[in-house]
Amino acid sequence: MRWIWIDRFTSFEPGKSATAVKNLSLAEDHFADHFPGYPVMPAPLILEGLAQTGGILVGDANGFTKNVILAKVPRAHFRRDARPGETLTYTTTLQQMGDVGGLVAGTVHAGDELIAEAEIFFAHVPPEQFKELTGTDNFVFSGNLKNLLGLARAASKG
Amino acid sequence: MTQDDIFQKVAGTLVEALNVDEDQVTPSSTLQGDLGAESIDFLDIVFRLEREFGIKIPRNELFPESIFQGDPEFVKDGRVTSKGLNELRVKMPFADLSTFEQNPTLEGISDLFTVNLIVSYIESKLRAQAAA
Repeated sequence: MRWIWIDRFTSFEPGKSATAVKNLSLAEDHFADHFPGYPVMPAPLILEGLAQTGGILVGDANGFTKNVILAKVPRAHFRRDARPGETLTYTTTLQQMGDVGGLVAGTVHAGDELIAEAEIFFAHVPPEQFKELTGTDNFVFSGNLKNLLGLARAASKG
Repeated sequence: MTQDDIFQKVAGTLVEALNVDEDQVTPSSTLQGDLGAESIDFLDIVFRLEREFGIKIPRNELFPESIFQGDPEFVKDGRVTSKGLNELRVKMPFADLSTFEQNPTLEGISDLFTVNLIVSYIESKLRAQAAA
């Protein structure tokens, strides 16, 4: 399954901030059911896009050697719905990095309008515990997400 | 920083991390039982305390993940042995074990983690920092 909820990084400053955009198309499956006749993006998917933008920031801080998982969303506000045809801009800043993980603050804009904001706490999971849970050493930064990393690096050069 | 200053800051941290009301947080509140903390919250609390007090809290120092690792010398029939109590004193010198010692059940360990325990821990960290 493709589980990539951002389309492109527009800026990436290691250790500081990352910005990505997501174009919403009516062809996306979730709009069919959420809701019939009134398509709006499910808020958790908006949060997922924000977490993918910010999670890469946290992973990058340790050269992607640590497993980073979304542990907790201490705070989230959704101000209005996101609709097909809109472009969402996910802006994340790294608030704090430590042994246990990283804290990211993020905003979601549609055009100039702030439509959501959240704080996301990512935890580092030690390899032995991770293997126990998933059977692999590094699950988070593999496959599809590795491709995204390429995009992030490209954005940081541009 | 006085003990009360530390308590106020710790209480503020817990209000944010656990989404509880300020008046729920008293020195004797237990983190899990009274304030509803879950395992992920412990990481979040550690993280916020580091920022709030400008200190470094090594993993497993304030909230050891597994204190006894199922060692039969430390725990027997669901009770912490005297050797186990010594281990607790070594690993958590900032914990007040006086009540726990009277009935040291394994389940009782979670009640050691109170707001006061965090305050004592922060006090010891700040003291060590000032001395360094």
